[in-house]
Amino acid sequence: MSLTDTVQGRHIPDQLRSTLDRRLKSWESLLLLVAIGIFVVNSFASPYFLNAWNLSDATFNFTEKAMIAFAMALLIISGEIDLSVASIIALVSTAMGLVMEAGLGTPVIVLTGLLTGLVCGAFNGLLVTRLGLPSIVVTIGTMSLFRGISYIILGDGAFRGYPADFAWFGQGYVFWVISVELVIFAILAVIYGVILHKTNFGRMVYAVGNNPTGALFSGIRVERVKLTLFLLTGLMSGLAAVCLTSRLGSTRPSIATGMELEVVTMVVLGGVNILGGSGSIPGVVIAAFVMGLVTFGLGLLNVPGIVMSIFIGLLLIGVIALPRLWAMSRKGR
Amino acid sequence: MNIQTDAPVLALDGIIKTFPGVRALDQVNLSLYAGEVTSLVGENGAGKSTVVKILTGIYQPDGGSILLDGKPVVFATSQDAARGGVTAIHQETVLFDELSVAENIFIGHAPRGMFGLIDHAEMRRKAGEILGGIGAAIDPGVKLKDLGIASRHLVAIARALSVEARVVIMDEPTAALSQKEIEELYALVATLKEQGKAILFISHKFDEIFRISDRYTVFRDGQFVGAGRIDEISEGELVQMMVGRAVDQIFPKRAAVIGEEVLKVVGYSHPTEFEDISFTLRRGEILGFYGLVGAGRSELMQSLIGITRPAKGVSRIEGKITVIRSPADAIDAGIVYVPEDRGRQGAIIDMPIFQNVTLPSLSRTSRRGFIRLAEEFALAREYTERLDLRAASLDTPVGSLSGGNQQKVVIAKWLATKPRVIILDEPTKGIDIGSKAAVHDFMSELASQGLSVIMVSSEIPEILGMSDRVIVMREGRIAAELEGADMTPETLVRHAAGIGVSGAAA
Amino acid sequence: MSALKSRDTLLFGAILLLLALISTRFPGFAAPSNLASVLTDTSPLIVLALGQMVVILTRCIDLSVAANLALTGMVCAMLNVAMPDLPMPVVILVALVCGACLGAVNGLLVWKLDIPPIVVTLGTMTIFRGIIFLLSDGQWINAHEMSPAFTGLPRTVILGLPILGWIALLMVAVMAVVMSRTPLGRAFYAVGGNPRAAVYTGLDVGRTQFLAFVISGTLAGLTGYLWIARYAVAYVDIAGGFELDVVAACVIGGISIAGGVGTVVGTLLGALFLGVVKNALPVVDISPFWQLAISGAAIIIAVTLNARAGRAKGRVILKSAEVTR
Repeated sequence: MSLTDTVQGRHIPDQLRSTLDRRLKSWESLLLLVAIGIFVVNSFASPYFLNAWNLSDATFNFTEKAMIAFAMALLIISGEIDLSVASIIALVSTAMGLVMEAGLGTPVIVLTGLLTGLVCGAFNGLLVTRLGLPSIVVTIGTMSLFRGISYIILGDGAFRGYPADFAWFGQGYVFWVISVELVIFAILAVIYGVILHKTNFGRMVYAVGNNPTGALFSGIRVERVKLTLFLLTGLMSGLAAVCLTSRLGSTRPSIATGMELEVVTMVVLGGVNILGGSGSIPGVVIAAFVMGLVTFGLGLLNVPGIVMSIFIGLLLIGVIALPRLWAMSRKGR
Repeated sequence: MNIQTDAPVLALDGIIKTFPGVRALDQVNLSLYAGEVTSLVGENGAGKSTVVKILTGIYQPDGGSILLDGKPVVFATSQDAARGGVTAIHQETVLFDELSVAENIFIGHAPRGMFGLIDHAEMRRKAGEILGGIGAAIDPGVKLKDLGIASRHLVAIARALSVEARVVIMDEPTAALSQKEIEELYALVATLKEQGKAILFISHKFDEIFRISDRYTVFRDGQFVGAGRIDEISEGELVQMMVGRAVDQIFPKRAAVIGEEVLKVVGYSHPTEFEDISFTLRRGEILGFYGLVGAGRSELMQSLIGITRPAKGVSRIEGKITVIRSPADAIDAGIVYVPEDRGRQGAIIDMPIFQNVTLPSLSRTSRRGFIRLAEEFALAREYTERLDLRAASLDTPVGSLSGGNQQKVVIAKWLATKPRVIILDEPTKGIDIGSKAAVHDFMSELASQGLSVIMVSSEIPEILGMSDRVIVMREGRIAAELEGADMTPETLVRHAAGIGVSGAAA
Repeated sequence: MSALKSRDTLLFGAILLLLALISTRFPGFAAPSNLASVLTDTSPLIVLALGQMVVILTRCIDLSVAANLALTGMVCAMLNVAMPDLPMPVVILVALVCGACLGAVNGLLVWKLDIPPIVVTLGTMTIFRGIIFLLSDGQWINAHEMSPAFTGLPRTVILGLPILGWIALLMVAVMAVVMSRTPLGRAFYAVGGNPRAAVYTGLDVGRTQFLAFVISGTLAGLTGYLWIARYAVAYVDIAGGFELDVVAACVIGGISIAGGVGTVVGTLLGALFLGVVKNALPVVDISPFWQLAISGAAIIIAVTLNARAGRAKGRVILKSAEVTR
């Protein structure tokens, strides 16, 4: 405040700090350093790490999750959350399996998948915006409901025998070691980055998340923004389900169990405030790489998956707790 | 029997309390005597609520001392104040919906029985006693949420009386009560006096101030104006002390050419908030809305911009019937609202200044939905510089500015939409003198340029200094519409408080 | 008159109706012995839901209860394998303390670091599961490794009901007393119902939330031992996803996620409703795979009904709008 009071005269500069200075001191740069650090450590820890094909394989650890994480980042910035994403994957995958069993081809399968995702997103979004229910409870409910429907349809069975060309999404390569999923990931990163940082809609997402009442008073149709974000999250879950199903080549109702946690962790690790209002897509992209590298590195060291989840959990709490502990210790001094 | 002593039970001596940007209390004095009712009189913003919070340990004074029986004391917490024998019935009810009446009264000091467990029977009995003592026929066993507003207030009073108190503070206790309940409250005040308690009574209603008080103290703008015995002063003199203003305050009201009708509201009614509101607003006019806090002015304004929807009534803009369902519709229709609650409704304080300014105008600063920063900065600069905003840069968060400069950002935001009608709700509340003058100056300039302005304000000098016409609201209705020579402080206060306007509602 | 009372009655009626419908076709279902077994089956859910209720009352949520249950259960099982002669009260004490400590971790992160409860408990949920793997090395502990006293306790039948069922009833009674008769119990309602007013009356909101997590953790720990002993097996994924059933029981029982609203009776009924459904499915020959979807649908229906009941009214300014007139 002292700054603002000392400035005299009418001219107000647009910005004081340069964009470069701001970027250097951001959460994203810190995260990038962490990512590089992990990369270096990994390359020393295992001789198999610095291999183009191994690294390419490693990207599958995060591409599908990151697809959802981009939409989830926007949703969390707007002050809501969707815990049902992994269950949407299960339902979408089951719907695709049904279509496949009916003998329809890959285009119909994919379209069904995306549509089912959209419908699930609409279901969540309408419950939250039209009935004014808290999104956390609604999506805990649909988390059971969506996967439950999969279980009703599949029981302990599975769908197998997807058409050969369907495998392209999860197993195909565009060029050398660059997988189809990696390309989809990159394209989505750009699209979501532009939506959030360069469009009016993105600006509204921030406004809604920072202060929904203030946004409403400013003429923003808050509910429409939120509904759109739930639809996007559903659609992205559908897309992730297409990729995952294609990669696994089968559908079981237990598919992607617990993935919602990793998606939320990725978003929070990327610097998105879980209470809404701030965050960036570059942050989420780097967080995706960090999580992928950690998982891959630990995998090379033969650390079992369940132990990796300890790291994910610690990461989730740690990234929020450490800055606060740091602030507390500085205040104490 | 009144116990009269010369020494006050509780006294404030030269109390100072400052908040960022404002001095809420500037060396005020207040004395409360055993067995006597002292009324604290003043306009909104005079510092009455701040005094209550200091007396009850919720705020700490920045200077001066609190004297209990002549000895200085420190009330660091609300418990300290309670132990010192000071209890308060707060203006905002601090009660719990899901707990029973008895529990609301005794939370924190419930009677215990076997094994240290709460003795519900005993608690209900004691609560019944206290409630009976204040003539409230409320079952102590029911949940608070099943009670009406008036009964809730009686519970709050009972809660204040459940502790051994020597000083009882009543902050507008009759605001929500019916006439019968008010009579019962007066009887209660008399009982408390007999018990030798010192009572601080805060009210806007002059009839009751004169009926129940023994003494008065007047504050104005956080300063002590005067005190004395109530039987030595007339109603007129008291109003004069309350609203009297230093001569140095000049309102920059320019004569504007008042043009044709821009907004016409007919028969606006809401189930619970306001009823039968009709008025017109002309081009270049500043229309003041005066009333006590809670008279329904903000609620009416918010229904005009589509936050709530009236059950009945029409609004016409330039003759055309216009239905406004949301603030977005209102912006399209050219009506904008600068809310009273800046932090929650007006600004998005964690976002930068320029983004706040352009938020309702994004369609103008963008191309095909894509943001164009240069145009945003240009628009933000144009309006913030016109309002003489003081800020380090346009990308600093609004929250880092002083209250006055935050208000300038909010006003700039709305002017940038090029509205026909701008509604300003308490536009200068809680901002410094310099910013106040800038806001007044600008408001006047806007009107002279042909904008129509509605100004909701509880500050009489501001209303009288800026408005071409004044509508006074009371209890959700229009109590009076005043023009020209009728616009005096006395008429405003009388209509707002219902003095001499015999029982309009009943 | 009171919406809550009628809600509980409604839910109780729904459970009775469900029982009646099932017993028209399968008379054995409503027999006392079968009802006792339904209650016993539902006991872990009841006990966990009681803990969750306290947490939700204070405007928090605890998604780590099932992981806490599994971790504490594993600790008890390993303790039993290492020291088979340890008296059962000591084992139960260990379960309570272990659960309380895990709950305290959640509570401290929420209280001292002000991290949103959902983030804290999502995180600790995975961490707890990971710790089980580290402790057990991914191995199962089976019935034959546990002592008969260890596995037998919850199944011992007293007056026609196994101890497991009695413990659930005891916990209901204890929590009913705590919630209605202790200052702490009332503080949970006050803090969740109106945190601002709670501060005015001198209650510490963060500390109250911490204690809610400790209670939830303690009950999860107790359930951990009971679960492991009853099913006589301990492994990493035990009770996986059970936290959702627990939240479902609370929401169905009328606990408002916005805090401050809910009762022990409602929670008990919510848990029993799910328990009856779960036990009835195989009887009426519906695949148990329906259960997940039914829980989910029940959560959504219940939260919709709750929101309907608690819709905020406008501010009352007009004298004529006051009810007393």
